[in-house]
Amino acid sequence: MAEFTLPKNSKIQPGKHFPAKDAKKPRTFRIYRWSPDDGQNPRIDTYEVDLAACGPMVLDALLKIKNEIDPTLTLRRSCREGICGSCAMNIDGTNTLACTRAIEECAAGDVKIYPLPHMPVVKDLVPDLTHFYAQFASIKPWLRTQSAAPDRERLQTPEDRKKLDGLYECILCACCSTSCPSYWWNGDRYLGPAILLQAYRWIVDSRDEDTGARLDDLEDPFKLYRCHTIMNCARTCPKGLNPAKAIAEIKKLIVERRSA
Amino acid sequence: MSTNAKDLQNPLKRARGLGSAQSGVSHWWTQRVTAAGLVLLGIWFVVLVLGLLHADYATARAAVAKPWNAVLLVAFLITAFWHAVLGLQVVIEDYVHTRWKEVFLLVAIKFLAVLGALAGALAVLRIALGA
Repeated sequence: MAEFTLPKNSKIQPGKHFPAKDAKKPRTFRIYRWSPDDGQNPRIDTYEVDLAACGPMVLDALLKIKNEIDPTLTLRRSCREGICGSCAMNIDGTNTLACTRAIEECAAGDVKIYPLPHMPVVKDLVPDLTHFYAQFASIKPWLRTQSAAPDRERLQTPEDRKKLDGLYECILCACCSTSCPSYWWNGDRYLGPAILLQAYRWIVDSRDEDTGARLDDLEDPFKLYRCHTIMNCARTCPKGLNPAKAIAEIKKLIVERRSA
Repeated sequence: MSTNAKDLQNPLKRARGLGSAQSGVSHWWTQRVTAAGLVLLGIWFVVLVLGLLHADYATARAAVAKPWNAVLLVAFLITAFWHAVLGLQVVIEDYVHTRWKEVFLLVAIKFLAVLGALAGALAVLRIALGA
């Protein structure tokens, strides 16, 4: 059966408390901690951060904690402007990017921060995305053509280019896939919203000539049809994209090429 | 789907798995067609049942025996069991991850649905044909 409770060694224990001294504008952050090295269960550490001396985003607070309070806190981050997707995590109950989520936008009370749900954890807020990336590779996310290579770029009309809007912006942060219950229960086989949106990005590309093979590869009860239009993906996407719509378009195309 | 350091397979091997089953669209499409059918047949069925409120046994039996009612009732039964089995199949595939239990349940629901539909159709036919 699908697992609805955490295994014994994943049950979360109370953690350490790091109070702020003389803070003008204190805010409490409760952060998931787990290390593969100490044999302990995961715990929630509590950090009080002085927002008067901190940037506005959750990532600013996390880096302030790492730099000034507890250097053992482990997280991924790179661009700090929502284009690399590295700092995807579960903040205040929603998968999003720490760098584009303002602390003020979080609900009143403590700010709770966990790694992306239902993924193996490497350490603290760092999930193991190996399988997610392998699934991305499995859809062969590049332009596939049969015709001879032209002497110049393969051209596209402005109308055809427009079809890629809402798709090309995906940064593969995995917020959507890890918010999807179907991906939680069947992520070993279900490709998940992020990878299916990427697959659709190549299916609608007017320059790609392998559309039929792409649809063949997706027509599978698990790879594609585990999507039950739960719509968590569209709600959580930090880039405002709609993977559920892309999946619906793939399903429509697969119906379109057969008899009703 | 956790990654095991002892596992020497490339992650792409696991992601590609057994490849595409090249099926699934029939299930998806049939589920929607039967759903559309059930909307129409369901409305008709509710109207029929409401019309029989407070009716005695003989009146209800006579209503079922009317040819159009009998045809639509059998259609409703078959569509309902068909749609139910397609929906249950999804639930089982979603949540039952022990392969033998999954296969057993997937086959069992099909047997039960066929038996249920046959029993329902036979009941209607007996009334309609006056047996």
